[in-house]
Amino acid sequence: MTDAADSVVALRNISLGYDGRLVISHLSGDFVRGSLTAIVGPNGAGKSTLLKGIVGLLRPSEGIIDRARLRGGTIAYLPQLPDIDRSFPISVIDTVLLGHWRQIGWAGAATRRSSELARRALAAVGLEGFERWQIEALSAGQFQRVLFARLILQDAELILLDEPFHAVDWRTSEELLSLVAGWQQEGRTVAAVLHDLDQVRAYFPQTLLIARECVAWGLTQEVLVPQNLRRARNLSGTWSAAVQGFGVIPVPDLIEPSR
Amino acid sequence: MTLYGLAVAPLVEFGFMRRALVGCLALAFGCGPIGTFLVIRRMSLMGDALSHAVLPGAAIGFILGGFSLPVISLGGVAAGLLVALLSGLVTRLTPLREDASFAAFYLISLALGVLLMSTRGSNVDVLHLLFGSILAIDDPALIFIGAVASLSLMTLAVIYRPLVVECFDPGFLRTVGGGGGAVHAIFLTLIVLNLVAGFQALGTLMAVGLMMLPAAAARFWVRELWALNAASSALALASAFLGLLLSYYLDLPSGPAIILVAGVAYFVSVLVGSRGSLRALYLQRRGRES
Repeated sequence: MTDAADSVVALRNISLGYDGRLVISHLSGDFVRGSLTAIVGPNGAGKSTLLKGIVGLLRPSEGIIDRARLRGGTIAYLPQLPDIDRSFPISVIDTVLLGHWRQIGWAGAATRRSSELARRALAAVGLEGFERWQIEALSAGQFQRVLFARLILQDAELILLDEPFHAVDWRTSEELLSLVAGWQQEGRTVAAVLHDLDQVRAYFPQTLLIARECVAWGLTQEVLVPQNLRRARNLSGTWSAAVQGFGVIPVPDLIEPSR
Repeated sequence: MTLYGLAVAPLVEFGFMRRALVGCLALAFGCGPIGTFLVIRRMSLMGDALSHAVLPGAAIGFILGGFSLPVISLGGVAAGLLVALLSGLVTRLTPLREDASFAAFYLISLALGVLLMSTRGSNVDVLHLLFGSILAIDDPALIFIGAVASLSLMTLAVIYRPLVVECFDPGFLRTVGGGGGAVHAIFLTLIVLNLVAGFQALGTLMAVGLMMLPAAAARFWVRELWALNAASSALALASAFLGLLLSYYLDLPSGPAIILVAGVAYFVSVLVGSRGSLRALYLQRRGRES
């Protein structure tokens, strides 16, 4: 598939599941350094499960997930529905600064440099001037931007995103997508679970198509072909409507309330 | 009679009133922040569950040592921690949710505690353990309450940041290796310690009131976390002071009097507080309509 020497995370015949119920079986492959990979598949295909396995929140019941080549770099992970309490009394800037947790820890003070980086990250996601806002005052799209600013601050070598655009409007997802593309240009490795195949074709050079097992993994135009999509559908039985037409999932065009 | 006379004279005159007030001051310092975290973690019923869980330990301590504070306290702490540990295990190993497993254990504890008390003590003893007697606080009890409050504040200072992140975004803390599990365990221990400190004064069933009611009321006045902590402690202290005076003048049991004053503060906050109270919501709606 790919040259293992370039691999940041190598999956060696891994199986993942919960309480003995297998979700992914016998998946092998590599996330190549500096690659930008979309992970697609039907509902219940094991996409989120795979990300949890790579982060280390879930141990494979079989096989090895080799992260040894991370060269001391870290993994940043944005779950699909983070169990975040959005009414929590915390400011935007403090939320972003959590990205420096590894430097600051339990008791360290945020340095002036940290604060400067956090401000710049907020500017990069289009939230300049929101530093002192409380997060409960933000819209869903704005809050997702804050989480992306935190990802920027984490400065991770491998970034894993689980359906990062599912609750945000079109403009926000376009802006965040170009941010993701920029991460790749900085040499980071990015993998994102996505549903919108047009988005995948436009922005993601690599695609992993899974349906409880690997259907195809490689260049996006070679992976997202009708016979692969059909096979994925047959493997899982519950393909979403979009893939049946090999088209786009109609994403609800949420309009952010203007402030 | 002047206000000064009404509010201060009993304190000047009677040592037990002074001790009671100092004990409440210490309790308020510890209970304020702990109650605040319970509220924002949506764990309000956990405090209640743990307060019941303390009872059988205290009862065993009472049977073994009579009205000896160290033995009763030790028993209470041990039982509280045991219940926290066991229900944590049940939550982790089975599909039962945390609130349900806590409820199961505290109901068992309560029944066991009352049963143990009735085999040995008289009804008066049971009532004493359930509802406390703040006016009978002696010096060792005062020192114990003060020590627990100091320990709580110092520990909270150390675990403050991870505790906040654990409440706000536990998933994130897990991925960056922030020690969420340890923080949760330390926090549960602090709850148990404060409940045991409180039950000497207010009784096992009332102790949790000084933790929860001021914290729940504070949410209707201030927004930021430091302010919530401070406001909870201040409300707890004010309730304790007023409750003590009420119990002194009207000859009421002090524990329920204090908690009822805190309850009145809570209702007032719900009605007229500055954030999200019924009054604030009403004004907001009227502002939108006009």
